[in-house]
Amino acid sequence: MFRNQYDTDVTTWSPAGRLFQVEYAMEAVKQGSAAIGLRSKTHVVLACVNKANSELSSHQRKIFKVDDHIGVAIAGLTADGRVLSRYMRSECINYGYTYESPLPVGRLVVQLADKAQLNHKACGVAARPVGNVDGIPFTPGSTFLTLKSHFTCWQVCTQRSWKRPYGVGLLVAGLDESGAHLYYNCPSGNYFEYQAFAIGSRSQAAKTYLERKFENFTGSSRDELIKDALFAIRETLQGEKLTSSVCTVAVVGVGEAFNILDQATVQALINEFEISGEEGPANESVAEEAGGDAGGAAPTEAGAATEQETAPMDI
Amino acid sequence: MPSCLSWLQNRSLVSTAGLYAFGLSSDAINLLSVNQSAKALFQAMDSLLSPEGDSQRTQYPYVTGTSVIGIKYKDGILMAADMGGSYGSTIRYKSVERLKQVGKHSLLGASGEISDFQEILKYLDELILHDNMWDDGNSLGPKEVHNYLTRVMYNRRNKFDPLWNSLVIGGVKNGQKYLGSVSMIGVHFEDDHVATGFGNHLARPILREEWREDLSFEEGVKLLEKCMRNLLYRDRSAVNKLQIAKITEEGLTISQPYSLKTFWNFAAFQNPTVGAEGSW
Amino acid sequence: MPKEHANWSPYDNNGGTCVAIAGADYCVIAADTRMSTGYSILTRDYSKICKLKLESLMEKRIRNWLFAYLGVELASQSFRRIKDKCDFQVYLCRFMVWEYLRADKSFMASSGFQADVKALQKVLSSRHLIYQHQHNKQMSCPAMAQLLSNTLYYKRFFPYYAFNVLGGLDSEGKGCVFTYDAVGSYERVGYSAQGSGATLITPFLDNQLKSPSPLLLPAKDAVTPLSEAEAIDLVKTCFSSATERDIYTVSSYILVFSFSYAFALSRGVNESSRDQKINTRLELD
Repeated sequence: MFRNQYDTDVTTWSPAGRLFQVEYAMEAVKQGSAAIGLRSKTHVVLACVNKANSELSSHQRKIFKVDDHIGVAIAGLTADGRVLSRYMRSECINYGYTYESPLPVGRLVVQLADKAQLNHKACGVAARPVGNVDGIPFTPGSTFLTLKSHFTCWQVCTQRSWKRPYGVGLLVAGLDESGAHLYYNCPSGNYFEYQAFAIGSRSQAAKTYLERKFENFTGSSRDELIKDALFAIRETLQGEKLTSSVCTVAVVGVGEAFNILDQATVQALINEFEISGEEGPANESVAEEAGGDAGGAAPTEAGAATEQETAPMDI
Repeated sequence: MPSCLSWLQNRSLVSTAGLYAFGLSSDAINLLSVNQSAKALFQAMDSLLSPEGDSQRTQYPYVTGTSVIGIKYKDGILMAADMGGSYGSTIRYKSVERLKQVGKHSLLGASGEISDFQEILKYLDELILHDNMWDDGNSLGPKEVHNYLTRVMYNRRNKFDPLWNSLVIGGVKNGQKYLGSVSMIGVHFEDDHVATGFGNHLARPILREEWREDLSFEEGVKLLEKCMRNLLYRDRSAVNKLQIAKITEEGLTISQPYSLKTFWNFAAFQNPTVGAEGSW
Repeated sequence: MPKEHANWSPYDNNGGTCVAIAGADYCVIAADTRMSTGYSILTRDYSKICKLKLESLMEKRIRNWLFAYLGVELASQSFRRIKDKCDFQVYLCRFMVWEYLRADKSFMASSGFQADVKALQKVLSSRHLIYQHQHNKQMSCPAMAQLLSNTLYYKRFFPYYAFNVLGGLDSEGKGCVFTYDAVGSYERVGYSAQGSGATLITPFLDNQLKSPSPLLLPAKDAVTPLSEAEAIDLVKTCFSSATERDIYTVSSYILVFSFSYAFALSRGVNESSRDQKINTRLELD
């Protein structure tokens, strides 16, 4: 195995047309504990697995409220996730300040994706198109300004060279006048809209579950969505018992502001749906065991590495 | 601090004063705001001390339009404005369009400085263009436009460089009727009927008496014409050439310019001093 | 040489009166809804009272509470639908009172220059939102009081022309009223009036409430001994009286928010100029 010459910074291309730093950042998302999201016509549910670093520590928060109509679940570097969700919060507040109405979800997602881009381009600041009326930035002045303050205030410590992509994937759930939305934002700056999606370690199992079920989601009720979210989360646990202490669930929907369900509520739901243990609907979990995830209990996701045909680390 | 300074220098139209600073220490916020207001004050003093000719800020208007009236009616919003542009007491222009469409759902009427209004239209064109460029099924409605304009007007007054207008914004979006107004210093409100300038004195009393929620289009137009005729009689800068605009869920139409029938032979018009003892 | 053209001022006074009274376990805050400029009325239905955003949190807590007590089936129905069922309203009311007391929030009533007032309200509610994000709870009324003071003082040299009273419940559930000047000086008091009718109402309240002098040592509690209903009546009387002499105040339409009724806000429609009957409608939402 010889050292890859093309992966030392984000501005260097490999001859094959790849940016390894970006791909490594995407690997970081796979290392994080799982987060899933799914949506119906009226509701979006986010759920995540809480994994504590040690027996003695608490876990990191992985779901954040951005505004009454938007929330995110993250996988990867939670520190980056916090920075980005703070950015999103500030964008929402500023939009609300100017227009007294909620920021459309899709627009926030694009701004967020652009930010990922900016972050690993050498020159970050002048990026978003800002309409100009005699030197006056037109879009509320916001994007432009906030980016600057981010660079100078928050990223200085860990990212002084401005050359590290964000190592976090975000599932963005939200509601606006065009309906309920679920987006996935990737460290590469790509973003996709989904009916249902899962990211993070052992997310393949959840994805398999969601792929099998997603066609029914559109018409699902809020509670059915939560139920499916819990089932999907259980798939990623690899036989570990599903309790309210290992997962967080959040909902946003028509007539319901984004909120993170408290532990008692989640536990009540788990009991109600009888999805705590391995027993579950037997055939489902068997199918999962077989097809979904080859990695088993291995800490890193072997399955994902193989499906990528070449692991980015060694070429 | 460099970011704060550049923020200060940035002439953003709708600065959200203080909010971006929430990543900064409270001392920084303190410095920033005091700094900013002190700066505004010094600039204001500056412009008061120096002869007005040197000022780069608006101290008084040049060409002005008079009242705009807007009402809600059964299906949407109706608005009326005449087409005069006064240069002081001279009626300098006679075909100024003071009712304009903004985006899909809104209608804007302006009184006050015509050039400032046309500048505002440029801002709005850009705003709507950027909104449309997202092409994502979301669009700014009358409420958003009203709020945006309020921010613009208020921020300009904060810079002691006001846009010399009173604006009326109306529209319909998702079955919701909206009618509001903003003044040159940022005072704003919503109501079932609004009128700027002289209209607030002469038209609104009529509207308070006669306006109903369920006015038909014809009744609404009649009511507006009654108001406009009154203004024509009593407001010296009003001209008898006006437009009426209608906005509903279906869309916007602005009428061709037309005139009102007038009757000047009222006894009080022919000999105004009769019965007014002590006057000339 | 006299000026030939209109000049402009960055300030206006849009009039109006605000009153707040603190009791042992409630706070009443009220304002008229007229907005004027000079001798003209701009609109007759403009609220001078700013609720500092709280609905979503309340809704969430109520749902969680329903989960715990009524099971998933019922709680999964939307909050609004449950609220429509009158059987539950009693429960909800009691619950909301309790939650409300615990989550102490504040209402601000302001008169002065409306554009400044609105800007101030926007800054405060944005800051409150940030606070909620960071601390996962509502800001207490005394904290909001300090924030308001700071926010006003930041513009010491180009002030917000806004005269505020802030009302709410403190961390012990006791009513509190904070009263301000335009540049941020403030004081916690038992009652206060601000705005164009303040000069008429303040001496009346001084006379009626007979609260202990703030000079007494040890300090005596400033909250009034009145019951909540009495306080609301007193507020209405204040507005009826001020209306007689202050052209910027109207009693025909005032907004009264009362706290121990929790969310249940009362909208007092007061036709005092015709007959002395005062209707009060208590309504949820």
